[in-house]
Amino acid sequence: MRQRPSFTTVMLIAGLLFLYLPMLVLVIYSFNSSRLVTVWAGFSGRWYLELLQDRQILSAVWTSLRIAFFAACMAVCLGTLAAFVMTRFARFRGKTALSSMVTAPLVMPEVITGLSLLLLFVQLAQITGWPGDRGMMTIWIAHTTFCSAYVAVVVSSRLREVDRSIEEAALDLGAPPVKTFFLITLPVISPALAAGWLLAFTLSLDDLVIASFVSGPGATTLPMVVFSSVRMGVSPMINALATLIILAVSLATFLAWYFMRRGEARRLEAAAAEQ
Amino acid sequence: MTPSPSQRAKRWLRPRRGWVIAVPLLWLTLFFLAPFAIVLKISLSEAAISLPPYGAIVDYSAETLNIALNFGNYLFLFSDSLYVSAYWGSVKIAFFSTLFCLLIGYPMAYAMARAPARWQLVLLLLVMLPSWTSFLIRVYAWMGILSNNGLLNNTLLWLGLIDSPIRMMNTNFAVMLGIVYAYLPFMILPLYANLTRLDNSLLEAASDLGSRKFNTFLKVTLPLSKGGIIAGSMLVFIPAVGEYVIPELLGGPNTLMIGKVLWEEFFNNRDWPVASALAMVMLALLLIPIALFHRYQSRELEE
Repeated sequence: MRQRPSFTTVMLIAGLLFLYLPMLVLVIYSFNSSRLVTVWAGFSGRWYLELLQDRQILSAVWTSLRIAFFAACMAVCLGTLAAFVMTRFARFRGKTALSSMVTAPLVMPEVITGLSLLLLFVQLAQITGWPGDRGMMTIWIAHTTFCSAYVAVVVSSRLREVDRSIEEAALDLGAPPVKTFFLITLPVISPALAAGWLLAFTLSLDDLVIASFVSGPGATTLPMVVFSSVRMGVSPMINALATLIILAVSLATFLAWYFMRRGEARRLEAAAAEQ
Repeated sequence: MTPSPSQRAKRWLRPRRGWVIAVPLLWLTLFFLAPFAIVLKISLSEAAISLPPYGAIVDYSAETLNIALNFGNYLFLFSDSLYVSAYWGSVKIAFFSTLFCLLIGYPMAYAMARAPARWQLVLLLLVMLPSWTSFLIRVYAWMGILSNNGLLNNTLLWLGLIDSPIRMMNTNFAVMLGIVYAYLPFMILPLYANLTRLDNSLLEAASDLGSRKFNTFLKVTLPLSKGGIIAGSMLVFIPAVGEYVIPELLGGPNTLMIGKVLWEEFFNNRDWPVASALAMVMLALLLIPIALFHRYQSRELEE
């Protein structure tokens, strides 16, 4: 007789269904030929064609991708520095302040972050004349700031795991700290840097509230376009866009999983060969 | 002579230590901390029809320095029942959403942590994947499901469970559902991280000593996972209090949430001082939850 599945296993399956069914519904209705999203009127790919011809959406995608790319790069630099300082440096004045400023953005309501950054930019512009126009630059700064907090969390958990004795050996043999960091520490934590970069990239692509506050007339990101369309009600073109996003993220996740598994298998093989 | 650990640490830190600390510290101070001082300042100024739409606090003319602090915005917030009930509504909705997230997320995290090792990574990726797609689109998915002629009502009608559509869209129920759906992965992640670290020998010891499964859970597992429960709950509760997108898309005219009120004061009424005062009061309200989260997270970060 088969063992009865436990309560928690049932909950896990039900929870995953709860997470995935609404997304599945989105995907199915993106192929609906009717404009009414609630009635099925036959299979059609017309919403994908319309999506690819929508200039407003395409230019917003391009804007969002550029901001996300540069924000993720800067966030990885800042977040890694912050993580390094928090895990490797002994107590110093400002350490508590730094660790608070790394954890607070993780939970801070977006309306507060967005409003406060906008007011900062307005104030700075009054005093120094910079930033004259709000747009991609100000969104980039805002995204870099909150993304670097996420990167710092990801990277510091990796920094705590790695074996410090190799770093210490390099230092003992007279390698300068900077060289030790770039030759020893950085290669070891590179998977965490990649994970942090990807996380920052998706967070930046996804942000609506903060970008709406700090943006100017020139820069419209993809979430802003989606939001103004969705506010009017359900639209099949957004379903098509959702399907493409879900597809891209699933593909990236699958690749990440595949390489992680291969890396793990190689490590196990190496360990077996040593014995 | 081999250097002692402390000497080694000093050499590690000496040369460019200052710069390495200064760069992230300065960036975050300028773009995360300093803005709050400006919000405080503007919350104490008067609204004005100008660009930007607020008056100056400090004024120097005729050899006198005038500092005018206007507490009117704060008094206004507490005299108008709209704002008080919006704060109360946000806290209530965020609290119940967090509770449901915990009730659904805890068993899920527990099952993941107990799953065979080769399944754990797959399950973790499956739980996190939705949060990497798009928050906005996941909330949007529920608009099509919950509306009066939406999928859920149609299914229930077809099954004969109901005679006429139930109004689910534009209610507080829809808002809570949306929050639970959007934030569930953030509840599960810290719980899972905590539960995988749980020492199995403790559970075996309890069962060897004759403790029933549920009793072991209550007396051993639950207390040991307190850190994960606090972190997960704060990761849901704090952002949910200030949530704007979910009440805007799924809520109705009766849904009063402070994030939405703030947005409308800022974008529709262009009353920056009142929006700033709203943000400062919200921040004060969330200070204890944020401190709780920080205590747990900094233990995780520094150990």
